[in-house]
Amino acid sequence: MKLSSETIRKMMLSVKSTRDVELTCGHCYDELDHFIEMKLSGKKPEEAMPLVQEHLERCAACREEYEVLLEAIQAMIE
Amino acid sequence: MATRTNQEWLDDLKGPDQDQAIEDLRKVLKRGLIYSLSSRIQTDLETQVDDFVQDSILRILDKMHTFRGESKFTTWAQKVAVRVAFTELRRQRWKDISLEDLLPEDSGDFTPMVLADPSPDPEKRATQTLMTEMIDQMLQEELTERQRTAMLAIMSGGMPLEEVAKRLNTNRNALYKLLHDARKQMRDRLLERGLTPEDVLEAFAND
Repeated sequence: MKLSSETIRKMMLSVKSTRDVELTCGHCYDELDHFIEMKLSGKKPEEAMPLVQEHLERCAACREEYEVLLEAIQAMIE
Repeated sequence: MATRTNQEWLDDLKGPDQDQAIEDLRKVLKRGLIYSLSSRIQTDLETQVDDFVQDSILRILDKMHTFRGESKFTTWAQKVAVRVAFTELRRQRWKDISLEDLLPEDSGDFTPMVLADPSPDPEKRATQTLMTEMIDQMLQEELTERQRTAMLAIMSGGMPLEEVAKRLNTNRNALYKLLHDARKQMRDRLLERGLTPEDVLEAFAND
C-alpha cells in the first residue's frame, strides 16, 4: 500500500480542522445525551456547544455513535 | 410500561421494584438499538442486540451514579447502550487486523512514499509528488512512531480510534490527545514552509 491522494486529503482535512483547544472523545461523550436532546427539541446545540459539534465533525468514531444514538432516541420517542 | 421521571428510574433501579425497572429499561434499549443498528448488522440482529442490552444494563447499574441529570435518564442509558454495541461491533470487525496490516508498506523506513494514484496532468503530478514527499518527511521526522502509526492506521487504514488505542496499549482519550498534538505539529510545520492544509488540499483536488 502506498500513501494515496485520499489519505493525504483526509490527513489535511484533519489538520485543517485542528484547534488549539479541542474536546477529547470522553468529554464529547459526557455531553452527547444533552446535545442530542437539544437537537431533537429544535434548539441549536451546535451554537450552545460548539466544541462538541467540532469534535463530532472531526472524529469519525464519535460521529458514528452520535448518528446511531440520534436514530435510537428517535425510535424510542416514536 | 410505566413512564418514569429521572428520579423514579434511579430509585426503581436500586429499590424493591428493580426487576420491573430493569425489564422496562431492557424494552426501551432494545427498541432503540434494533431500529438504529438494523442497517449495520446483517445477521442475527435480535440476538446480538439482546446481548448488547444485557451488557448495557450491567454497565448502567454500575455507572448510574455518574448520571448528571442533564438529559432524560433513558437518553443517557441509550447512550451507554450505543457505546457498548459499537465497542463490540468494532471488536468483531477488526479482531484479525493488526496495525502493521494497515500501514503503507514502506512507512517503516525512511524511504519517501510514492504516490499511489498520481494525477494525469504532468505539472499537477510534479506538485503532488513534491507535496507527498514533504508530508512523508513530516510524518517520519516530526511525529513520534506512535503518532505516525496511529495517524496512518486511522487515515489510511480506516481503523476506529478505540481499536488503534487497544493495539497501542492506551485508551481512546489518550490517543485522541496524542493525535491532537500530531495534527498541531503538522499544521505548524506546514506554516513554517509557508503552506496551509488548504494549499495541499488544492493540489490534490479533483483526482
